[in-house]
Amino acid sequence: MADILEISRLTKRFGGLAAVNDVSFSVPEGGIFGLIGPNGAGKTTIFNLITGVYSLTEGDVRFRGKSISGLPPFKIADMGITRTFQNIRLFKNLTVFENVLTACHLGASYSIIDSVLRLPRFRKEEKALFKKAENLLSIMGLTERRDLVANNLPYGMQRRLEIVRALALDPTLLLLDEPAAGMNPDETEQLMRLIVRIRDEFKLSVLVIEHHMDLIMGICEQIVVLNFGIKLAEGCAADISKDPKVIEAYLGATEEV
Amino acid sequence: MDWFYIQGILMLAGINLIAVLGLSLLTGFTGLFSFGHAGFMAIGAYLGAFMTVSPTTSPAGLGLPFAVGVIAGGAGAGIVSYFIGRITLNLKGDYFCIATLGFGEAIRLILNNVQLFGGSRGWPGVPYKSTLPAIIIVDILAVIFLANLVRSRHGRNMIAVREEELAAQIAGINVFKYKMIALVVSAVYAGVAGVFFGHYMTFIQPKMFSMTKSTELTIIVIFGGLGSISGSVLGALLLTALPEILRAFEIWRLVFYGAAVILIMISRPKGLMGGMELTPAGLRKARNERKARILALKESKNGQNGEAGLG
Repeated sequence: MADILEISRLTKRFGGLAAVNDVSFSVPEGGIFGLIGPNGAGKTTIFNLITGVYSLTEGDVRFRGKSISGLPPFKIADMGITRTFQNIRLFKNLTVFENVLTACHLGASYSIIDSVLRLPRFRKEEKALFKKAENLLSIMGLTERRDLVANNLPYGMQRRLEIVRALALDPTLLLLDEPAAGMNPDETEQLMRLIVRIRDEFKLSVLVIEHHMDLIMGICEQIVVLNFGIKLAEGCAADISKDPKVIEAYLGATEEV
Repeated sequence: MDWFYIQGILMLAGINLIAVLGLSLLTGFTGLFSFGHAGFMAIGAYLGAFMTVSPTTSPAGLGLPFAVGVIAGGAGAGIVSYFIGRITLNLKGDYFCIATLGFGEAIRLILNNVQLFGGSRGWPGVPYKSTLPAIIIVDILAVIFLANLVRSRHGRNMIAVREEELAAQIAGINVFKYKMIALVVSAVYAGVAGVFFGHYMTFIQPKMFSMTKSTELTIIVIFGGLGSISGSVLGALLLTALPEILRAFEIWRLVFYGAAVILIMISRPKGLMGGMELTPAGLRKARNERKARILALKESKNGQNGEAGLG
């Protein structure tokens, strides 16, 4: 299987602090890849580097074999990488439907003139966008709430809506930043099934940051562990959970007696 | 009150409305606050006057038809805004606002000190060309243009920028481009408003385009409700007419004006319309939103609020 995303020797320094230091790993196409590590390990920074929110200090990010480092976020999104945020960032005052419809915009190409004069091209493409948004809502079970303002959605559904909005971009790589934050075990379980379902139905690769070990161990085919910006270990769930360095990072070193 | 007086107020309200509609796109829909749009009005007014003023008067103009003045004023303001935008649109939040404030004042001071167009003494002899029907037609066109723009993917992208800039970027929206479009469109509107204003007053002076004017425009947009075109229309009509209605209070009228604005903002913090539109589709949307909210509230009271809504 080809790698959809290759990260090589990625480094990001904020002043003297290296938030990410010489990290390399590759995400295989169609896989669910986990990124774990204690707080401040640099996981979200890596997401910000991949999506172009931060510019990297050193190294390279390659997507489908092409370097994407230095591109602005909207271009990277256009190429097929999208993400959700640790602290949910919805278009809060818009309805559920409008949130998804807005994100569908890449599927249309009508100009401002087309829209101001309401030309046939506008009508045709706009209809297609509406249909696509409706379709996504029904697949993801949000049709009943389509007119609810996003801010009034229950927490779990806000997380789900953020994923739907990301899917509206037809991504090939989806980055999920702590999707299970604040969820109880039951909800986490459902989320796990959702992630697997999305991967299969939308034919995506998924890179997920998470603290819930059940989720990570349950669905990730491969895992990278970070600590203080450095890659600590990489491997399948079983290997990772036995790795002494990983155990040390999470639980502290055993004291020699 | 005679018709001439009422017509004058209506014309001023209509002229203000043109500028307010543009600012509504920038502030209400794209989320960028400006305290310098009087500067764009000034550019429009002076360029428009330069086109239409007769070549025999001093300072001389080109003596061209009014339509040329309107187009030149709008286009000129738009072009200037493009260059201003290139420099300032990367500034975040309040800093952009301060930059526009500086721009507006700079335009006024340049016009004050450059003697070419009369300097601070002003420019008399601008032909009286703004008629009520012409203003109403431009207002209607401006509303249609804006409403159609806002209800398209371009408009939705601007709203997304207002709501959550980072998420908009991640959703593939070129934030800078859409801020630029909003700024240029709003400047063209302000420029056209400036041309009509000059050709209504028949005399223009840099003092007319001070920060007070910029603030007035922004107040109207906020008063009407951010993100509502009908709010901007109502706001422009009410707040232009209010000082005239309050003329009976003589020197106290500005106090009453301020008090009225504060009262409205306290009772309706989201402005008169609060993001709603007074159109059949707008009312339907508001009704659906309310219904959905009530439904969600009921469900959460029944303890099945779908928090476990994943899966």
